[in-house]
Amino acid sequence: MYAKDYHDLGTPPASGASVTLEIDGATITVPAGTSVMRAAALADRDVPKLCATDTLKHFGSCRVCLVEIEGRKGFPASCTTEVAAGMKVRTESEALTNLRRGVLELYVSEHPMGSCPDSSRCELEHLAGEYGLGESRFAGAKTVRHVHTPKPVDHSNPYFRFDNDLCIVCSRCVRACEETQGTYALTIEGRGLDSRVSASQSEPFLESECVSCGACVEACPTGALMEKSILTAGLPQKAVATTCAYCGVGCTLVAEVTNGAVSRMVPSRDGRANQGHACVKGRFAYGYATHQDRVTKPLIRKSITDDWTEVSWDEAINYAASEFKRIQAKYGKDSIGGITSSRCTNEETFLVQKLVRAAFKTNNVDTCARVCHSPTGYGLKHTLGESAGTQEFVSVQHADVMMVIGASPTEAHPVFASQMKRRLRQGAALIVVDPRAIPLVKTAHVEADYHLRLLPGTNVAIINALAHVVVTEGLTRENYIAERCERDSYEKWKKFVADPVNSPEAMEQVTGVKAEVIRGAARLYAKGPNSAIYYGLGVTEHSQGSTMVMGIANLAMATGNLGREGVGVSPLRGQNNVQGSCDMGSFPHEFSGYRHVSDDSVRAQFESMWKVQLSGEQGLRIPNMFEAALDGSFKGMYIQGEDLAQSDPNTSHVTAALSALECMVIQDIFHNETARYAHVFLPGTSFLEKDGTFTNAERRISRVRKVIEPLCGLADWEVTMRLSTAVGYPMNYEHPSQIMDEIAALTPTFTGVTYEKIDRLGSIQWPCNAKAPEGTPTMHVGEFVRGKGKFYVTAYVPTNERTSSKYPLLLTTGRVLTQYNVGAQTRRTQNLAWHSEDRLEIHPHDAEARGIEHGDWVGITSRAGDTVLRVEITDRVAVGVVYTTFHFPESGANLITTDNSDWATNCPEYKVTAVQVVKVAQPAAWQRRRQAAVPASPRKRRAPTETVGN
Amino acid sequence: MANDIANFFDAESGKDKAPESVRFHISRYWEPRMRREIIEHVQQKGGAGLSDTARAAVEKLAAPA
Repeated sequence: MYAKDYHDLGTPPASGASVTLEIDGATITVPAGTSVMRAAALADRDVPKLCATDTLKHFGSCRVCLVEIEGRKGFPASCTTEVAAGMKVRTESEALTNLRRGVLELYVSEHPMGSCPDSSRCELEHLAGEYGLGESRFAGAKTVRHVHTPKPVDHSNPYFRFDNDLCIVCSRCVRACEETQGTYALTIEGRGLDSRVSASQSEPFLESECVSCGACVEACPTGALMEKSILTAGLPQKAVATTCAYCGVGCTLVAEVTNGAVSRMVPSRDGRANQGHACVKGRFAYGYATHQDRVTKPLIRKSITDDWTEVSWDEAINYAASEFKRIQAKYGKDSIGGITSSRCTNEETFLVQKLVRAAFKTNNVDTCARVCHSPTGYGLKHTLGESAGTQEFVSVQHADVMMVIGASPTEAHPVFASQMKRRLRQGAALIVVDPRAIPLVKTAHVEADYHLRLLPGTNVAIINALAHVVVTEGLTRENYIAERCERDSYEKWKKFVADPVNSPEAMEQVTGVKAEVIRGAARLYAKGPNSAIYYGLGVTEHSQGSTMVMGIANLAMATGNLGREGVGVSPLRGQNNVQGSCDMGSFPHEFSGYRHVSDDSVRAQFESMWKVQLSGEQGLRIPNMFEAALDGSFKGMYIQGEDLAQSDPNTSHVTAALSALECMVIQDIFHNETARYAHVFLPGTSFLEKDGTFTNAERRISRVRKVIEPLCGLADWEVTMRLSTAVGYPMNYEHPSQIMDEIAALTPTFTGVTYEKIDRLGSIQWPCNAKAPEGTPTMHVGEFVRGKGKFYVTAYVPTNERTSSKYPLLLTTGRVLTQYNVGAQTRRTQNLAWHSEDRLEIHPHDAEARGIEHGDWVGITSRAGDTVLRVEITDRVAVGVVYTTFHFPESGANLITTDNSDWATNCPEYKVTAVQVVKVAQPAAWQRRRQAAVPASPRKRRAPTETVGN
Repeated sequence: MANDIANFFDAESGKDKAPESVRFHISRYWEPRMRREIIEHVQQKGGAGLSDTARAAVEKLAAPA
């Protein structure tokens, strides 16, 4: 069911030459290929319809949309009839009315008037009402479908239910599953009166292949498929467009609100990133925002072994400020720092780094992007000149070849994955480079041409081998390189990759991928003509993460695959605002816009605006903060929206460092793992409670708009502002738009960005400045940002993390569709119905050798630590490789990951850990204790006099 | 970590230029405490465990500007 005010034009747009026709006497010009139905709707002569909708190809089954066309016999269906020059269409006549009424009466016989829970939004009942239909003469007859074959209502999905009695078998849900989502989970089973919508092989929705994206629910013209939230909450009273707070796709969503609470979330048709689609997380899993575990009152305690005390905002902020000032007075200004979050808005992030640099007077600020995409920034900045992806998502519709490296889009970036699958179904080729058989390798109507199933840790060997083939087989684009790249760097790189040591044959032993597979993939990529690379954390979270990013850029430059639509290098960012948090100056060595703190002229701009002297010395990275805490020189942290204790590697090391702090101030919506080591807890707000902007993986800046008031009374930026003022550096903003104005004034790639412009354009891809006043969808057109593209020699250096007789398997990590990152949000939603625990995937051979059976508990031991998980035996992983997700703290996935990190950026090597796996009887003692005693809220005692206020 | 940086620049810049590339990288991305510690490691313990390139880079780092 669509948003109430949505004007559905019936069929998708066309793009042919202009055609002029006449509809009910009015002249209209539309592109050739447009349906008569769409042309009529554009002329405000909407033709009635049931099976047609403008998000799906025409189908022509309902026979309601009949029209008359001068010179043509009969009553053609307007959805399947294309416009023609000079055509004269009549949408209303007595004959048409009689025909439509007759058809509608048959539909009403299967779906009686008033049977829908929300009749006002049921397209059939609305239409039947317009045609004066009440009761159908055929209602209750045995020839009526649901009377003939009654079916129980399917309530299995936690978010929507399917009532077959209300279904009119229009196939919109089936087509949405195919065309919009690309899963093909639904079908119409049976014939005639037995026809019904079926999930997989007549399975309940929850147990079927359905991925619960909700496209079918939204496409349903009746109440057959309906959100349970609508059934309970009723009709929305207002709708607010905002941006999803899950992955880096950054879907534009419309939050519908009933009685002050979100009753439904629907994807916006105007969203350039998501194009009207959403996934199970964005559309449905927003319930965490009002979960009972939300912390809404500030808390303090003297020691991390004490109970928490609820205090007022003023008391909490003053206590935090006094502690920070005490620590700096005792240990020096560089003894404290802060962490920004990729889950927070640009404005919040900018303010935290400003607090650290201007108020704390140190550059000890870092961001959680340190542990995911910092190598992307380093690698792309050095080769191409900008720390960001090169394309917009719709570019994939022009790609002839996609290479997906170290990413699983259907699981981690599902809405973009649907766009990829659409292009793949049209015939684009696919190369997957991944140790694991990700779903995209073989799924409905999609099969990878090549799957380079490499051993974890051998990415650089693979990229060099691919480049070797391109160079030695003469597949480079020499004209492109001569015009756009540094000649010397190219010649040096070319000589390096042409060396036989980098050949696929030489690398076969290293990577485990057969030489002919690498050669085939390299030829396919080079042939293009439009080849696009999409990559994820399987590229960056390695000891050679930055080297691999450079290797990817090298390959793209060598084959001329940068600077236009359909090509490019696109990092798929894990969290909603990874790009933004990096852009906003969250790294200890850079101001916003990726400018080094040692640059006197840049620093002078900030000093002038902020009216404070700034340090020109780079500060501590997150791992440096841990080391400094352990050596006693780092004593205080302000952490906004980041769970270091769960998300960073080698948990024992992290928690030892956090325990050594004298004051940790954490600002979050839940009492997370890190909060166990905090002294001050400042309640945060969810995306539904805030104004601001997120920047997605395509550099797209989109508005986040407040849907409900902050549960804790203050917006996050207000809290940071108060803390800064209490520390002694007053901040005075009245709205996040003023923070964006300051960002624009200080950041060359943002100079043209304003809230007004974002609202007017819908979203803006940076750079947005005098050269590109409305933004930049495709980067490096004509020339690279750095001028000439630079090739880097990317020698393969094996990771220090090696297998041995003691640790014979390689563990790698990833995500599932229904959970998100460390699970703080999705674990507090009904997404648990799909994934309620992390499991260890192991190949059948490795399982058999260890006497392990499906569902057994297994102990996993690495050089860093050990944990216990339940096992899943699958050939998705290769022999010698095991895999797990990290969505549940009790899994302890990061107890076993090591301190290894990327040489350039310190990004942890999450993707390679040598482990041993053995069958055990039960979870570890700490896991059992934790599962038995996880508190829903922090232990706290009441303050003697509670003075909560703003 | 200095050795890992040296590994990269040995290949990218060549053995002759690699120490300067490593010095530049460390001076640009490492915070003062780490720089101080590795300089002390070279000056007081001879840079045990460091590759030739990494040691040469740290010596350049320690040299007055």
